[in-house]
Amino acid sequence: MSRLARLGLSGEELEKLAAQLDVIVAAVASLSAADISEVEATAQVGELRNVTRADVPAPGLSAEEALSNAAAQSAGFLRVPAIQ
Amino acid sequence: MTLLEEPIRALARRLRARELSAVELAQEALGRIRALDPAIGAYLRLTPELALEAAARADQALARDPAGASPLCGIPVAYKDVLCTRGVETTAASQILRGFVPPYSATVVERLERLGVVPLGKLNCDEFAMGSSNENSSYQTTRNPWDAGRVPGGSSGGSAAAVAARIACATLGSDTGGSVRLPASFCGVVGVKPTYGRVSRYGLIPFASSLDQIGPLTKTVEDSALVLTAIAGRDPRDSTSVEAPVEGILGQLGAGVKGLRLGIPKEYLKVGIDPSVRSVFDQAAATLERLGAELVEVTLPTTEFALSAYYVIAPAEVSSNLARMDGVRFGPGFEGDTSLREAYDSARHRGFGEEVRRRVTLGTYALSSGYYDAFYLRAQKVRTLVARDFERAFTEVDAIISPTAPTAAFELGERTGDPLAMYATDILTLPANLAGISGISVPAGFAAGLPVGLQVLGPYLGEATCFRVAQSMEEEAKVWRQLPPLSRVTA
Repeated sequence: MSRLARLGLSGEELEKLAAQLDVIVAAVASLSAADISEVEATAQVGELRNVTRADVPAPGLSAEEALSNAAAQSAGFLRVPAIQ
Repeated sequence: MTLLEEPIRALARRLRARELSAVELAQEALGRIRALDPAIGAYLRLTPELALEAAARADQALARDPAGASPLCGIPVAYKDVLCTRGVETTAASQILRGFVPPYSATVVERLERLGVVPLGKLNCDEFAMGSSNENSSYQTTRNPWDAGRVPGGSSGGSAAAVAARIACATLGSDTGGSVRLPASFCGVVGVKPTYGRVSRYGLIPFASSLDQIGPLTKTVEDSALVLTAIAGRDPRDSTSVEAPVEGILGQLGAGVKGLRLGIPKEYLKVGIDPSVRSVFDQAAATLERLGAELVEVTLPTTEFALSAYYVIAPAEVSSNLARMDGVRFGPGFEGDTSLREAYDSARHRGFGEEVRRRVTLGTYALSSGYYDAFYLRAQKVRTLVARDFERAFTEVDAIISPTAPTAAFELGERTGDPLAMYATDILTLPANLAGISGISVPAGFAAGLPVGLQVLGPYLGEATCFRVAQSMEEEAKVWRQLPPLSRVTA
């Protein structure tokens, strides 16, 4: 899970986290006792559905603003190490 | 006596009459912060230049058209550090956002600033708003102004402590499972969790997008009504925001509780409520009854599953929302990493604290193939049942009352070693987020010298009723007239 979540945890950190997650997962597993037969899932509350807007171009952030917090950039692009 | 003890309307009257200038009020607030905040730790950073510039502009506006100015014109406010402020560092109390300077402001910040508020600075919170005590901030400890050995509550702990210590007139926080109401209860201030969609989330660094709402923390119920009215309303930049009238919130203030039916959920009184908190609640309920409300027992049978459902749904959304925190567009970047994979691992390992790592991992687990049905999908179905419980209850009653939290403020360090004990702090507040309904915490009294909040929950878009009940409580309890020890400037 830590690998999937890209957390880069060390062995010791993993052990501590795994022990804590065991306890938490055991606690939330109490959900299995809830009677959910014939219940639809709720992903979102409220009555809004399919909110759309007119497809009209409007000014957004400039490239400079969008890149203003990037630690590494080059010629108006984000720079990252190669995918290996 | 400081000017910051006065409610917003009283200050607005003085400002309009030009007995007081916004610059003088800003200087008073900044002076108090410098004197008091070193012992409290509510502010992560101050913006004195912006405050004084805004105050000077407010003075011009007040001179030009005193009658047309908003009651918030010239009022010193501060923002939880999960709200983006253009040109002012915004970190969500996380190391991964150290140095992040947003190129835009949150809609709520823009709306307040258009009305002429005076921004004092950014307030401490739990990292990415994940926590119930403020102890998950990666920068500093915030102390409860009533007792420096205790937590202010979380995650909007800095926002609550600043109002309690009278080092801001009003603040904004965000509430995903109780993060406004809980610290409001612990610090003896008013805190609002608006209906989901009432307030635009544009520019709020997300925690769990289907649960998050921004809300005010203030000394009085009317102050909260003024701030909520100013920030509420549809925003094209947040497609979940709703168009709904807000006039009733201020319009119905003062209407009292006569004739209202108030529900007390029997399940809420069985969650291990501290006897001293229970006693404050019982007195509060009796007071509301004496004022003409009818008390009715209601049942919310899914309560026992709500905490578990929340701690599946919220971490699931966290694991997805925080995927953007990869150190590339913002954050620490990469130093000497040879692959993109290594760069992500390293930036997130350096950048995230323990609680964030726990929730990201838990959420990744709940969403992963093989566990999705047993955890995430099941939790979403339980969410439906929680919402139905409230719908059913609100056919019988106008509002629901309960303690805001099972205990008053606990000691620093008391729950940091036990994530589950910390999570249980939110047991009475998080069902409202799952259901998307409105809520408020109002100080109802004291237990062993510590403030205790009364939670009032209302139906979807039912804030006006919550505010009426809360104001009736406030008029009787008068907690806002009492000042915590850490609010006193000693020479």
